[in-house]
Amino acid sequence: MNLNTADILVIDDEPQIRKLLEITLQSNGYKVREAGSGREGLALAASHPPDMILLDLGLPDESGQVVLRQLREWYNRPILILSVLSSEEAIVSALDGGANDYLVKPFRSGELLARIRSALRSATGEPENPVLVCGDLQIDLSLRTVKRNNEPVKLTATEYNLLALMAKNEGKVLTHQFLLRSIWGPSFVDQSQYLRVYVAQLRKKIETDHNAPVHLLTESGIGYRFV
Amino acid sequence: MAYFCSVSPIALSNFLLHKYSRKHQYLVSIVLILGVAGICFAFSAFVEYKVVAFVLLLMVSLIAMFFEIAPVLLAAFLSAIVWNYFFIPPRFTFAIQSTENVLLFSMYFIIAMVNAVLTYKIREIEKEANRKTVREETLKLYDTLLNSLSHELKTPIATIIGATDTLQEEKQKLSEADAGQLLSEISKASIRLNRQVENLLNMSRLESGFLQPKKDWCDIGELIYDVLHQLKDNLNHKPVEVCVQENIPLFKLDYGLLEQVLYNLIHNAAMYIPKYAVIRIEASLSKNKHLVMVVEDTGNGFPEDEIDYVFDKFYRLRNTHPGGTGLGLSIVKGFIESMNGTISLKNGEDYGAQFTIDIPAEIAEVNDLKHEP
Repeated sequence: MNLNTADILVIDDEPQIRKLLEITLQSNGYKVREAGSGREGLALAASHPPDMILLDLGLPDESGQVVLRQLREWYNRPILILSVLSSEEAIVSALDGGANDYLVKPFRSGELLARIRSALRSATGEPENPVLVCGDLQIDLSLRTVKRNNEPVKLTATEYNLLALMAKNEGKVLTHQFLLRSIWGPSFVDQSQYLRVYVAQLRKKIETDHNAPVHLLTESGIGYRFV
Repeated sequence: MAYFCSVSPIALSNFLLHKYSRKHQYLVSIVLILGVAGICFAFSAFVEYKVVAFVLLLMVSLIAMFFEIAPVLLAAFLSAIVWNYFFIPPRFTFAIQSTENVLLFSMYFIIAMVNAVLTYKIREIEKEANRKTVREETLKLYDTLLNSLSHELKTPIATIIGATDTLQEEKQKLSEADAGQLLSEISKASIRLNRQVENLLNMSRLESGFLQPKKDWCDIGELIYDVLHQLKDNLNHKPVEVCVQENIPLFKLDYGLLEQVLYNLIHNAAMYIPKYAVIRIEASLSKNKHLVMVVEDTGNGFPEDEIDYVFDKFYRLRNTHPGGTGLGLSIVKGFIESMNGTISLKNGEDYGAQFTIDIPAEIAEVNDLKHEP
């Protein structure tokens, strides 16, 4: 798949939004297909699986959450949710339901394109290559080392695990619960205080200005995203 | 509540009307008339029967001030019967012998009824007048609200419609720079519109009374810088000084609500302070383990006589430039109060506004949390 000509399926019942997305995406070189309902979207996705799906949650026939779960039974490429629902519950439940990312309407086109690029990139990431490069950061998964501007960064085991997990899911919003369960274990799911402390520590080590992070971004009330 | 604070007869009668159902009103009327008649009867050796008529009429008038029409008429009717039977000679019969007494009784009966009906009517008219004033006040409030809202919503919409029309119809005549200018106006107007809708939604969340803070551990430094990042464009390189107490613990609070609170306060400051002014944000742990945040600026501050009103819904400063619905600060106050906190505003020593937020919260010391599984 060529990242810049990826085939994107838009499932949204609002013709205005579909038009906007069609123009924005096509002018950036993407191929766009559109569906105005959940059922139509599922059919289009099944007949010819797209490289990525943009899914609205408020569909006329079936709830977007249901469509998301049905897609996730067989479809493993990126799904980006576009929705007017901005509550933390809605976002966390969509992310837990298998969405890669979530953008609240109204959104800026630049932000959308950046999220699409990053989701497509992580979907085609080469798992054979053990060295992840992200701007000034280099993370060597086989040696478990991190370098910033070619200078080694000294991390504790937990700090490293957290960074590696986030870097492997570049661009994807990882919820607090997911991170806590993966790094500290299931009994720590409600102990978000640990996550806060370690994210702050990690930022001090990997960010140029830990108060204006460019790698480890906060998704308020939801989780963190590595870019 | 209002019933207890007010001494107006309307309020009192409303209170009694609410307190007593109609069945109770009948009962209370009967008991009052019989009770007073009983007392008069006990002293009938000293009180002439004609005086008793006046005492009973007084009771009927009092009842008419507070109860509905039917129980009042019952009281009037009952008092006439009781007066006749127990007091008008010959006593203990309904028979009346002298013409004078027949006349007295008939007049008593009519006066009691007219008294009951008139008192009731006056009360109804008063009530209606009261309703009208309340309705007028509500309408006035509604008008100001609609004016400010429609202005706030329609200005950006007008900009969007006008600019898109020009872009569509005068494509050839427009220079590239002008077209770019129009597009940027559309973009600014949409952002403004979105913010107003956001404010209205937040307000209705508060008004619905269902706002339940979802508490989770918050890193206050992260929160402050997150908000400043979101407001980057509004701040437009205005200097912001951030001062977070060293080793400040984590606080268990609703991140989303706090974010909105800080956003509104800093957005306000960014909008209204003069170019040279500085914004300063401070966060610390108070002695009684509360989160204390101060947002202050070196602008002109608030007019002293308006400070008490700035948190009121839809309140806008008298001499302010257009923009804003008067919702921002009332949302701030509502959100903070939903977390059992307080916010106060004063003008700083010799400059600018100073908002102080104080919220009680569970805390977690950062040094106790270095947990390596």
